[in-house]
Amino acid sequence: MNTDCLTIKNQDMKNQYKALKYRSLVLLAAFFLIASVIAVIALCVGASSISVTDSILALIEDNGMARSIVWNLRLPRVIMALLIGIGLGTSGAVFQAVLRNPLASPFTLGIGSSAGFGAVIAIVFFNGLVNEYAVVIWAFIFTLLSSFLILGVSRYKGATAETMILTGIALMFLFSSLSSFLQYLGTKEEVHGIVFWFFGSLSKAGYREIVMSGIMILAPMPFVFRFAFDFNLMTAGDESAGALGVNVSGVRMLSIALASLMTSGAICFTGVIGFIGLVAPHIARMIFGSDNLFLIPASALIGGVLVLSADTLGRTVWLPHVIPIGIVTSFIGVPFFLYLLIKKTKEYW
Amino acid sequence: MLQVGNLSFNYGKTCVLKDINLNVKKGEIISVLGPNGVGKTTLLKCLLGMIKPCSGFIEMDEMDILKMSSTHRARLIGYVPQAFPSKFPMTVFDAVLMGRKPYVRFVPSENDLEVVSQVLMSMNLNHLGLKDFDRISGGQKQKVLIARAIAQEPNYLVLDEPSSNLDVRHQLEVMDMLRKLAQKENIGIIMAMHSLNLASRFSDRIAMLKSGCMVCNGTPLEVMTPKIIETVYKIEANIHRINGYPYTIPLNPMPENRTNKELLN
Ligand SMILES: Nc1ncnc2c1ncn2[C@@H]1O[C@H](COP(=O)(O)OP(=O)(O)OP(=O)(O)O)[C@@H](O)[C@H]1O
Ligand SMILES: [Mg+2]
Repeated sequence: MNTDCLTIKNQDMKNQYKALKYRSLVLLAAFFLIASVIAVIALCVGASSISVTDSILALIEDNGMARSIVWNLRLPRVIMALLIGIGLGTSGAVFQAVLRNPLASPFTLGIGSSAGFGAVIAIVFFNGLVNEYAVVIWAFIFTLLSSFLILGVSRYKGATAETMILTGIALMFLFSSLSSFLQYLGTKEEVHGIVFWFFGSLSKAGYREIVMSGIMILAPMPFVFRFAFDFNLMTAGDESAGALGVNVSGVRMLSIALASLMTSGAICFTGVIGFIGLVAPHIARMIFGSDNLFLIPASALIGGVLVLSADTLGRTVWLPHVIPIGIVTSFIGVPFFLYLLIKKTKEYW
Repeated sequence: MLQVGNLSFNYGKTCVLKDINLNVKKGEIISVLGPNGVGKTTLLKCLLGMIKPCSGFIEMDEMDILKMSSTHRARLIGYVPQAFPSKFPMTVFDAVLMGRKPYVRFVPSENDLEVVSQVLMSMNLNHLGLKDFDRISGGQKQKVLIARAIAQEPNYLVLDEPSSNLDVRHQLEVMDMLRKLAQKENIGIIMAMHSLNLASRFSDRIAMLKSGCMVCNGTPLEVMTPKIIETVYKIEANIHRINGYPYTIPLNPMPENRTNKELLN
C-alpha cells in the first residue's frame, strides 16, 4: 500500500474524531445559551404583574418596586435554581461514573435521606420551624456523616463500586426509617414542616444562601474536571484502569467526597429536590455520549436548565399558589425522561 | 528484561503460584500454558502489580515493579485483559485513547489523538473508529483491546488469552502482528494461551504451568512433547512437525486414576 494514502486516511480518522468532539463543544455552547435565555425569562415572569420590559429595565436602572422584586426575589431564586441544578447534575454524573452504575445518584448513596433526617432532627428537637439555620446545619452535618460512613466502610472493605452502593442503600433505609420514627413523635405542625422540606422549596433563597451553597457546589468543580479522563477509564473496570496508572480507590473516594459536598450544597438550603441528579446525567449522556470530559459539564448545564425551568413553572402556572419544586421536577421530569428512554435510538446502559 | 524470581502467591490460604522463575527479554514472545485455573491470569496480574506476591521479586529493567509509581509502571507495561466490562457506551477511538492515560496530564493532546489513529490504522480498525465499543463483535473487541495496549507504547506487553475470541484467520493475523510488534518495536511479550498450536507457532519460549508450579520453560520444540503435554493437560497427544514448528494433535483424555508419578517415569 502507498504510504501517502495511509497518512491521509490516518488524518481522516483523527479529524472525524475531532469533529465529533467539536460538535459536543458547540452543543455545550448551545445549552449555555438556552440556560441564559431561560434565566432571563424566569426573571420576567412571576406572581406580581410586572411587564417584561419593566423586569428587564429593573436589572439595569432603578424603577422602584419592580427593581426590588426582580433583584431581591426573582434573581436570587434564579441563581439558586441554577446552582442547585448544576450541583445535582454534576454530582449525579460523578456518582454514575465512579460507581459504574447508571442507577447511581446523590440519593442512591443515602445522602438525600440522611440530609432529610438531619432536617427532621432540627425541626423536631431544635425548633427548626422557626430557626431555618438549624435545619441547614443539621442537614449538612448528616450529609457529611453519611458520606463519612460510606468512605469509612470503603476504606475497611475496599473502595469498590459495589461496597459503596450497598452501604449507601443500607444508610438510605436507616435514615428513612429514623425520619419516619421522629415524625411519629412530632407535632402536627412539625410533621407539616417536614413534609414541606422533603418537597423542596426555593422560596427562602437569599444571597447569603447563594454564597454558601455556591462555594460548596462550585469549589469542587475543578477537581471533578481534573478526574474526568480517569472516570472514563474507570467505567471500563477497576483492574484495567489500575493497569493504566489510575489510582482507582483514591480517585473514587475523593470523588465521592467532593460529589457529596456538592449534593449537600444543593439540598441543605432548599430540601430534597430528587431526581435531577439521576436524570440530568442521563439526558446528557443521550446527547453527548459517555466521554466524561463533556458529560460532566453537560450534566451541570442540563441540571441547571431543568431545575430553573421546573421552579419557574412551579411559581407561575397555578397562581397564586406555588407548586413545590420537588413535585414539579417529578411531574414534568418523569414523563419527559420516559419519553426519551423510549425514543432513544442507541443503547445507553 | 522482565525478571520474575522465586515468585509465590496465595489467595487467602490456598497457594496458587509456587516458586516461579521466568525472564522475558525485549523483542521476545513468551507463552504461558496450562489448564484452566492453574494460575496463568494470577501470574500476569502479579507482573502488572495488581496483586502483591507473598514472596519473590519482579523486576522490570532492573527496577522492582512494586516500588514504581503506577503511572511509571503503566508506561512500561501494557495489559490486554481477558474481558472488558463497560457499562456506558463509548466509541472505539475513546477506548483506545484510554491507553494514553500514562501520558495524559489533564486532557488528551493532539499527539495522543495522533498515536491512537495510527494504531487504529495499523491494526486495520479505522473503519470502526467511531462505532460504539459495545456494538462490535467479540473478536473486534479483542483487537481494540490490543490496540489500546499498543497505544500505551510500552516496553512489555501482557496479554491474557489474546486469541480466545478470534476466528482462525484473525488468530493468525493478530499473532503475526504481535510477532512483528515484538521485533520492530523491541517489545517483550508475555501471554497466557490456550491454543497449543498458536503458542508453538508464534512464541520464542513456552512456560508450562501445572498446579501452580512451572513444569518447564523452553523453546516450543523442547516443551511440546507428548510426555509434557500428558503431564500438564492429562491428555494423550501426537506431535507433528510442520515447517519446523511442533503441532499438537490431542487424541484422548487420560483416565483420571493414573498418578503423576507414573506419568513422569
Ligand atoms: N480473586 C480470587 N480469589 C480467590 N481465588 C482466586 C481468585 N482468582 C482466582 N482464584 C483461584 O486461583 C486459581 C488460579 O486462577 P487463574 O485465574 O490464575 O487461572 P487461569 O490459569 O488464568 O485459568 P483460565 O485458563 O481458566 O483463565 C484458581 O484456582 C482460582 O480458583
Ligand atoms: Mg485466566
